[in-house]
Amino acid sequence: MHPILILVAQRLALGVLLLWAASILIFAGTTMLPGDVAQQILGQGATPQALENLRAELGLNDPPVARYLSWLGGVLQGDLGTALTNGLDIAESISDRLANTMFLAFWAAVISIPLAIFLGLLAVRYKDRWPDKMISAITLTTISIPEFMIGYILVFWLSIKLRWFPSVAIMNDSMSLGEKLNAIAIPVMVLTLVVLAHMMRMTRAAILNVMQSAYIETAELKGLRMLKIIRTHAFPNAVAPIVNVVMLNMAYLVVGVVVIEVVFAYPGMGQYLVDHVAKRDVPVVQACGLIFAAVYIGLNLVADIVSIVSNPRLRHPK
Amino acid sequence: MNTKLHDLTRAVTGGLMTRRDFVARAAALGVTAATANAMLATAARADQTTPVAGGTFRMGLSGGESTNTQDPALWASQVPLAIGRLWGESLVRETPEGGIEGLVAESWEGSNEAKTWRFKIREGITFSTGQPVTAQDVLRTMERHSNEESKSAALGIVSSISSMRTDGDDIFEVSLEIGNADLPILMADYHLMIQPDGGFGAETAAIGTGAYVMEDFEPGVRATATRREGYWGGDQTVTAHYDRVEVIVLNDATARTAALQSGQVDSINSVDPKIARLLDRAPNLTVRNVSGRGHYVFIAHIDTAPFDNVDLRLALKYAINREELVEKILQGYGSVGNDFPINAAYPLFDDTIPQRAFDLEKAKEHYEKSGHDGSPIILRVADGAFAGAVDAAALFQQTCLAAGIPLEIKREPNDGYWSEVWNVQPFCASYWGGRPVQDQMYSTAYYSGAEWNDTRWKNDAFDAKLIEARAELDDVKRKQIYSEMGRQLNAEGGVILPMFNDFVDGTSNEVQGYSDDPNSPLMNYYAFKHTWKA
Repeated sequence: MHPILILVAQRLALGVLLLWAASILIFAGTTMLPGDVAQQILGQGATPQALENLRAELGLNDPPVARYLSWLGGVLQGDLGTALTNGLDIAESISDRLANTMFLAFWAAVISIPLAIFLGLLAVRYKDRWPDKMISAITLTTISIPEFMIGYILVFWLSIKLRWFPSVAIMNDSMSLGEKLNAIAIPVMVLTLVVLAHMMRMTRAAILNVMQSAYIETAELKGLRMLKIIRTHAFPNAVAPIVNVVMLNMAYLVVGVVVIEVVFAYPGMGQYLVDHVAKRDVPVVQACGLIFAAVYIGLNLVADIVSIVSNPRLRHPK
Repeated sequence: MNTKLHDLTRAVTGGLMTRRDFVARAAALGVTAATANAMLATAARADQTTPVAGGTFRMGLSGGESTNTQDPALWASQVPLAIGRLWGESLVRETPEGGIEGLVAESWEGSNEAKTWRFKIREGITFSTGQPVTAQDVLRTMERHSNEESKSAALGIVSSISSMRTDGDDIFEVSLEIGNADLPILMADYHLMIQPDGGFGAETAAIGTGAYVMEDFEPGVRATATRREGYWGGDQTVTAHYDRVEVIVLNDATARTAALQSGQVDSINSVDPKIARLLDRAPNLTVRNVSGRGHYVFIAHIDTAPFDNVDLRLALKYAINREELVEKILQGYGSVGNDFPINAAYPLFDDTIPQRAFDLEKAKEHYEKSGHDGSPIILRVADGAFAGAVDAAALFQQTCLAAGIPLEIKREPNDGYWSEVWNVQPFCASYWGGRPVQDQMYSTAYYSGAEWNDTRWKNDAFDAKLIEARAELDDVKRKQIYSEMGRQLNAEGGVILPMFNDFVDGTSNEVQGYSDDPNSPLMNYYAFKHTWKA
């Protein structure tokens, strides 16, 4: 069998094992938090009798191990169960949220990844001259400002002063693609500004590293133009570390944007997860945890495969 | 010049110009400031008197989570309440003036020393499905909230009922062990939405007698509802003027104000007091504050040392600077409290009870008299206890130290505060939303047998007065009893109540017909029913 296929199979098996371990950690962690779901639902207004009735109904009086096993049994059959707090089907609630999260992450990635790589190449081309310094200064500034602050600044100018885009990214099914894009315009800008610097700096560093090589000197001596050297000789050899960083940032765009979701009231996975952690709604927390872990594991797998495919020495082992 | 001025007044009432700009522009046309203001007032009133049917009312609200449900029994935050008001109605509602108004019930009367109450169901009232409402539906609703398996947050309210029955299709009768003159107002509780067959088997169906029917419900995100035909209150020109109502959950304070400023919502709740004055300067919106019954407290268990000593409690009460807290924590959007949970927003409030002043000398005196050993007195706080609780505790600590009282602050996490700290630890920060009447407030938190007696106030004389007042139908005598109870708590109670907080709402100037209601924000969340867009 082809070594890449073997590697993918190994990684997938390991991924499943990791997911299982993650589910145990999440279950234990959520169970250890003070208060249970019945208390969190009834809040300050809980009476002992109402608490007892609610606990019995939700099956919270079973021992934790039994609850975990019954959850695991359901998941293995593809059933994520229902939320303890509002009785809604988890798979159904999550699918909308996940679609929203992916929508936002997709458009942020579509804009930020090519932009970051292009700016990285540009910075290499004009190394240590003003375009390089300006690109670095701007991107490092935006990554250093907390993301909610960038959000507030853009809302103030683009939404309240100029009224170009809405300040709240409300989504619903009846909206056309254009309306949806308009709704997420400011969150996409914020996310782009947040992830740009990391990818741009890595592109710059990786390519500069390759630029020291002898074959680049040869290309220069052949009389090739600088941008062409970077594009055809340096970039393919620097692709592995760049892809790694790109994948990390994509994972961030999927799982790490809860602050942005709160600032723009965007109905994504992050806010959904945080609400359910606060209510100790274990099945939902488990389901979100599994999805987030799967996204991380999946994207890292992609990064590994790309580095192998882009490297002939790894592609054709002796 | 007249048409020009007319256009200008329209620009102001329509929210395109500020009042200040208008006065300046009018002055340029040779009109004095006083005349300009009078013109504006007339223009605003003209707009106020004729409701306009149609349009969409959009509320941006804090207090919603993706864990919310449409089952009224499990509502515990602001957004479910605001959404519930759209489709559901209880038997009666509280009026802004402290009275009661019928919703599902048309009339009611008490007899047998307020031990028996009969509610007459409104004639011709139907659920949104078209099915008529009967006394049986009401009975089943009350059963669902009070039966053995009840998990309802209203269980504490309905548990005083000893038996219920129907009499024909339109009479619902309640019997009590101990008479209660306030029983009708207890039926205004927002959990007690009348549902077909009490909602058994269809708890989350969101079917009730309200003016709107739910169109869309995404927990923690948004909900929309449309006006229905056949609402008992009349057509859109009479009440519930909007075609559609939209609730958008905006838990982040900045997102909420930005949405109002950019015109994405028409009304928001809980404006951050820190920015309320700044926000009010924006041209197209108005910030409104209403003094309510909600209050912020530091509560001590009076059965636990050192708080079992009345002098130590008095020392703490004298050592808190109430004015400073109202000024710095509420930014002036509130009023000082007097160590009992009642203020002028309650019916039968006695305003002659002397206000306790900030007095370090007296605090020192009582502290010395208490004979406390000088070990640290630990006050537990979290920001979730009330907005600014940690800062309020720090101010309290400073004034205590000045009186020689060794107050020490222990910060607790927000998470689990209500299950692990409040009503568990002997001294902590907390808040109360207030209740519509004094009896309910005292029965909930200051009666010996109450579950939420969070100061462990167990006093036989006090209990006896509470029960006496409950069955007393003569308001003069009742007020007298409540006054004595207030004075007793003020002198001996474990509650240190520095301030009552206002509700601060923000509303677009397009919204007309807005009025103040001390019960809850946004006109007790009935704004959708009584306002319209010009």
